[in-house]
Amino acid sequence: MSQATTPNRWKRYDHWDERPLAQDRFAVEDAEHGFCAMGSPWDPAPSLTLEGGRVTGMDGKTAADFDMIDSFIASHHIDPDVAAEAMAIDSTDFARRLVDVSVPRSELVRLAAGMTPAKLAEVVGMLSAAELTFAQAKLRARLAPGNQAHVTNAKDDPIQMAADAATAAIYGFDELETTVRVARNARTCALALTVGAAAVRGGVLVQCSIEEAEELRLGMAGLTSYTETMSVYGTEDVFVDGDDTPWSKAFLTAAYTSRGLKARCTSGAGSEVLMAFHEKKSMLYLEARCLCVQRGMGVQGTQNGGIDGASVAGSVPGGVKEMFAENVMAALLDLECASGNDTRHSHSDMRVAARVLPPLLAGTDLICSGFGSIADYDNSFAISSFNGSDMEEYLALQRDYMVDGGLAHVPEDAVMAARARAIDAISAVLEELNLAEVSERQKQSVLHAHGSLDTQTFSLGAVAAINARMEERAVTLADVIAALERRGFHTEAENLLLMARQRVAGDYLQTAAVIRDGKVVSAVNQPNDYQGPGSGYVVDAQRRESLARMRGQIGRSDVMAAEGRAGDDEKRAYRLIPKGPAARGSDPREVVIALSPGFGAELNKTTGECRHSEVLRMLSEGIAEGGCVPRVLRIRHTADTSFLGLTGARLSGSGIAIGIQGKGTTVIHKAGLAPHTNLELFPQAPLIGLEHYRQIGANAAAFARGENPEPVVIPPHGDALGAKFHVRTALLYHIEADLADPAAEPEELDLVFA
Amino acid sequence: MSSPEKPSALYPIAEKRPDLLSTGTGRPLADLTVENLAGGSLGQADIAISADALRLQAEVAREAGRVRLAENFERGAELVAVPDDVLLEIYELLRPGRAASVDVLREASAMLRRDYGAEAVAALVDEAAETYQRRGLFRRRF
Repeated sequence: MSQATTPNRWKRYDHWDERPLAQDRFAVEDAEHGFCAMGSPWDPAPSLTLEGGRVTGMDGKTAADFDMIDSFIASHHIDPDVAAEAMAIDSTDFARRLVDVSVPRSELVRLAAGMTPAKLAEVVGMLSAAELTFAQAKLRARLAPGNQAHVTNAKDDPIQMAADAATAAIYGFDELETTVRVARNARTCALALTVGAAAVRGGVLVQCSIEEAEELRLGMAGLTSYTETMSVYGTEDVFVDGDDTPWSKAFLTAAYTSRGLKARCTSGAGSEVLMAFHEKKSMLYLEARCLCVQRGMGVQGTQNGGIDGASVAGSVPGGVKEMFAENVMAALLDLECASGNDTRHSHSDMRVAARVLPPLLAGTDLICSGFGSIADYDNSFAISSFNGSDMEEYLALQRDYMVDGGLAHVPEDAVMAARARAIDAISAVLEELNLAEVSERQKQSVLHAHGSLDTQTFSLGAVAAINARMEERAVTLADVIAALERRGFHTEAENLLLMARQRVAGDYLQTAAVIRDGKVVSAVNQPNDYQGPGSGYVVDAQRRESLARMRGQIGRSDVMAAEGRAGDDEKRAYRLIPKGPAARGSDPREVVIALSPGFGAELNKTTGECRHSEVLRMLSEGIAEGGCVPRVLRIRHTADTSFLGLTGARLSGSGIAIGIQGKGTTVIHKAGLAPHTNLELFPQAPLIGLEHYRQIGANAAAFARGENPEPVVIPPHGDALGAKFHVRTALLYHIEADLADPAAEPEELDLVFA
Repeated sequence: MSSPEKPSALYPIAEKRPDLLSTGTGRPLADLTVENLAGGSLGQADIAISADALRLQAEVAREAGRVRLAENFERGAELVAVPDDVLLEIYELLRPGRAASVDVLREASAMLRRDYGAEAVAALVDEAAETYQRRGLFRRRF
């Protein structure tokens, strides 16, 4: 080997360097600098001292040394009535109760209210990934899991926003979250989101994530119904840089409540590292502090598990497990949990899919706290773990494990009808409120659009003008309902009225509330009561059917219909004329082509898309080129390739036969061999082309002449052939197997081309 | 508002006991209809939760064992009557470095007690004042 051609490293690295994973950076574990998922040497040991019902010391600090987070936790989270009991429980013992089906959720939640952040981090940190998954199934607040979508677009275009909101709603998302590219477009986006969702059903919760005060104003105008951007951090310095304190956030939570808006906080691993003040603590311990603050504030739920810091959390050893542990801890603290899986933590689809599995299998209140239901480039937050292009992958994961991740397949006509209705509804509202005129061209471009690159609609400036008019006229939910009603969109008006009634009643402010079939379901009226197999949320028959459905799924009738269509063409191309029972041949130059029961009859093309007439022409030509004579037989007692081949060989004058199934699987067989021994076998029918069939014919002829030819090589492509073909392959084979009659004799055929 | 039934029996209140609910302007919930909104006899001011409804939700939460959530609903009930601009003003004051001294927050809590009877919210503001003082959070940040 010459120097010039010797690679300077293992060539496998070249392939690895081309993989998406190569773009991910993995951090060296370094607790001192914050890169530590769980169990930093600087995490405090759990401790609590109480005097007269007041916390005087916690997790290694005395009250005088408490920072603002400690103080808030001590006075608002710790339940003094259970704290002594809870802190006295051995952490291993409590960790085991988390995975013990006989200990009910309510008991665990009661005790967690008396645990300090260090205790919670210690307990949850003891569970393996599998144990966390099980614990989550038990601890989720609401009986049925749900999901939340991001609905945004790069143009802040209200027409597309409405169509995409309807799309997300019809796929099953309980909550839709939007944000804007340009801050002043918030009202228009919120309006379009609300109206678009209402074109599908009432009670889809909507949010527009923007600056706190503006978000509160949108909520007050009724254009949104929940908020989740109240960020909470695990160290005092970061909390202050985030421009808040636990008290300002607690006040804001009460303010949202006073306006009838559902609220949840946001926290998650990595934010303290990214904002520089991590105090050398582990991500899980800092998150425990965040969650104790949130429970203390009296907010009903949280969005946690990495979130904006997901890539940092995912970069450290055990980081993905830590993100899920955060979700479990939130559930243990009786908070609704929107379990991250929004900001994409990796370039690798494999890592992304693996990350979603524990929460998907266990079920969380909202599996993704932002599934990018739109085109990835339209996501104004950041690209999500799952995006519009990945929607069917997510449906497939649900189907594979038969778990309910909140979504289900929707037939194309239903999607298009929902999009069209949403486009008409938002256009009517914009016109009725004198906000904008929408052209037919705009509507049409949005209807079929994958994303904003496909749309011809408002410019950013035009959207801003709509927004200015909305602000000037202080457009509210009441105006929108009235406008829809005046323009004949009565169903949409009623759907929004459902939300208006909720804004008066507040039932949806309770923990983990969403609105399904027009009714509020929450941890109050539908609490998770999982206590082992057969209990808790069960996918019923109707839901199972929805989860099972996929676009492009095929069954026996689809295969038969396709074969019937191909058959019409084939009837014009050639004929196979039966000539009676087949006897043993005597011509030493004879090569038998032994057809399966359905070849050229019920079945008409191979899985490699070769028409049977062409296959027979090529095999015959190959045999003739090899100096032999083809003889075609129909074998009727079996559809198995080996037995087809061997039966043919025993009737062949040369003792050589080609056995072939309708789906194209082929063998060259020889009389005297054992059935599953053969001369050449070609099992990967989808890869066999017409030229290969010619070579197979030629080789069979060579064998007949007593030669030993070079085997025909059909190079594998390296893709998952089975995934692509096995359903059809199996169905085709079943059809042939059913045609086989064990008592039927082989039949002589005349092959006549048109 | 009290009821002889257990709070959980009322929930969801909009479905089970809509008679207990009134709109933001005091009309019965049954009056909140598309027709009335389209006709203009009700408006956005009606699409607002009442302090009574929040206190009912607090009872529901408390019975379900969610004391902290109930306390938040009760603080929310106190803030129903507080105008939007005052709400945003107090929120702003509670952010780090906005209030120059403990006195500014004390004045805000006194106002909440005096003008709105918002005892629980005022207590929260007082507690913030105390902690901000101890942790040096009255320091200006911009």
